[in-house]
Amino acid sequence: MERKLIVSSSPHLKSPEDIQGIMIDVLIALIPAALMAVFLFGYRALITMVIAMVAAMAAEAIILRKGDFFGDGSAAVTGLLLAMTLPPAPPWWVVAIGSVIAIAIGKQVYGGLGSNIFNPALVGRAVLVVSWGSYLAGDVWLKPLPFAFTADLVTKASPLVAEQATSLLDLFIGTVSGSLGETSALALIIGAAWLFYKGHIDWRIPGGFIGIVFLFGLCSGGFYDGIFHVLAGGVMLGALFMATDMVTSPVTPVGKLIFGTGCGLITMLIRLFGSLPEGVTFGILLMNGLTPLIDNLTLPKRFGEVKKSNA
Amino acid sequence: MTVKTFSRGVFLPHYKEFSENKSITAIPLPKEVVIPLHQHTGAPCRAVVKPGDEVKAGQRIGESDAFVTAFIHASVDGKVKAVEPRPYFTGTNVESVVIEVDAKQGETAWQERDVSKLNIDQIKDAIKNAGIVGMGGAAFPTHVKLSPPTAIDAFIVNACECEPFLTCDHRMMVEMTDALIAGARLIQKVVSAPRVIFGVETNKPDAIQALNAKIAGETGFQVVPLDVKYPQGSEKQLIKAVCDREVPPGKLPFDVGVVVQNVATCIAVYDACRYDKPLIERVLTVTGDAAARPQNILARIGTPISHIIEHCGGFKGEAGKVIMGGPMTGWAQTRLDIPIVKGTSGILLFSQAMVAETQHMACVRCGKCVDHCPMFLYPNYIGTYAETGRFDLAAEWGAMVCFECGVCVYVCPSNRPIVQFVREAKRQIAAARAAKN
Repeated sequence: MERKLIVSSSPHLKSPEDIQGIMIDVLIALIPAALMAVFLFGYRALITMVIAMVAAMAAEAIILRKGDFFGDGSAAVTGLLLAMTLPPAPPWWVVAIGSVIAIAIGKQVYGGLGSNIFNPALVGRAVLVVSWGSYLAGDVWLKPLPFAFTADLVTKASPLVAEQATSLLDLFIGTVSGSLGETSALALIIGAAWLFYKGHIDWRIPGGFIGIVFLFGLCSGGFYDGIFHVLAGGVMLGALFMATDMVTSPVTPVGKLIFGTGCGLITMLIRLFGSLPEGVTFGILLMNGLTPLIDNLTLPKRFGEVKKSNA
Repeated sequence: MTVKTFSRGVFLPHYKEFSENKSITAIPLPKEVVIPLHQHTGAPCRAVVKPGDEVKAGQRIGESDAFVTAFIHASVDGKVKAVEPRPYFTGTNVESVVIEVDAKQGETAWQERDVSKLNIDQIKDAIKNAGIVGMGGAAFPTHVKLSPPTAIDAFIVNACECEPFLTCDHRMMVEMTDALIAGARLIQKVVSAPRVIFGVETNKPDAIQALNAKIAGETGFQVVPLDVKYPQGSEKQLIKAVCDREVPPGKLPFDVGVVVQNVATCIAVYDACRYDKPLIERVLTVTGDAAARPQNILARIGTPISHIIEHCGGFKGEAGKVIMGGPMTGWAQTRLDIPIVKGTSGILLFSQAMVAETQHMACVRCGKCVDHCPMFLYPNYIGTYAETGRFDLAAEWGAMVCFECGVCVYVCPSNRPIVQFVREAKRQIAAARAAKN
């Protein structure tokens, strides 16, 4: 019987899930927030997102010298996540540099997807914050104008530095000024629900993150402050989409909870006692660095270990 | 109906529909059988026949003085053609007895005995003389497993058949219920277990029904329905689900007072005691999306898989992979002249489309393997350390505890061949330990 048979190690069945599929799911999960950004800040938000994604994918394709522009999809995700953290309309070259840094310095220098220590999008953002801070903070926030779709927007202070208290409903819906993708908690929650449904993220990281931010806010200024700190700034985006990045977060259940809690704690320490108005970026990056340590300290009990048999 | 299970593991597609309703049929004999002298865990047997000898079905042709071994018997009437190394399903060559099958097979008259009159030693002797091994795949000699040094309070019949595609245990439970229960009773007697528990996955409702109907009058017999989750049929996971006891790493079921035997093994024990009949044939499932006529067959040990595949109508469309055993732990074959052995539970024919992608990517630390590993290991780290040659670290992270169920590879989105890495790690770790001593 002349047949060519394929031989490989067991198992011979594979779940249909692959990396590209997961990345596409993340992109799908970001659609509500992206639509909200365009709805609130007009076409300039769309341009920012497109520049970030194209620059990220191009940087990855050039570094890997592969013709496949989309590849495993992770560069598109990194680019879009970076755009989500930026003001609606920074200069195009700031966006592009951020994306290239995210891919080159944030990911590829470590050996590519899976080997990076820090969340690539946040590395890009961190470099932009310290290098071109004036484009990322200060008078860069646009007043959201639903259905305006014009370029003609007025700057308005972000809720985190605003003098007057912001309505919690506005914060939840997203009709406040802020970074592209972080204003609408509602849109982010809808997107994250998709990731929960697909089993790509676990409740422990967002739960620990949001939980500790709320508790911290509650203790520092009451119920309004608790909710305010959760909904304002980048906590929802960070907790649901950045901290849950699988490459840079722990794999153990307990480790995930510790990681999320640590992110929230550092965020609040920076917000309340630091010189920066926002602490999500550095909170997550610092915890990224602790991930291997957390994994090592939270090893699950192996099957049959410790517990004595009752024979 | 309370359904029990263990922690972690994975829900796999069942693929049982191809053959679960096909009755067991005996297939015609091949022209030649190849009977490996080492098809069990433990010491290999040496041939006690030589080329030119006439042999009868059931005649002992291989034996060993070791305790952990299983005798080998001729599965047909015929003439020994050769005693030489022949290809074995794991990819190595194993010393085998090649028998040319006589056109005219003598009517083997198995003597019937009243099994209720046999004492424990007689039962054990019958099992040992019949060369019975665990027929679920591990092929561990049964008489060794039935000599526990500790008191046993539960004997579990492993009737999970948790591997997708395979249906031979299922069919045996439905069609040979009496022999199964009689075999279980014999084993119960040997290990003096007060309880006999049949652990059956709930995707075999007719088997559960058949067993429940027959054990009605028996004291201490019980059927426990189990969730259809892989690897439910792994001994340790089965004991955890049924008795809520964990067998520690490096220990055996009897350390927690349990003995486990597979369905086919129980029936073989009954045949050995009732008829003094050695293990010379077995039921196996021939199935897969490229199998023209999927079915459950009764075939003699040593039958080449090419003969079986031909009998079952050959391939449907282009063949991609031929697997001996189940799809999660079975062995992909390079050639089809390989004989079936005592531990062969199935032959799977996969089309090209069914063959999983073999290219893999870097680990992205998604943790899905950690979430599903039934041994609570870190397959991600073990795999990466083994891949990069850090076998010392792979050992530290529990490579030796892994029993290669394949759940991690199934769920891995990067398609990493973690089981392959673990096997290499185990080999290297064992070699390093041997070098140290």
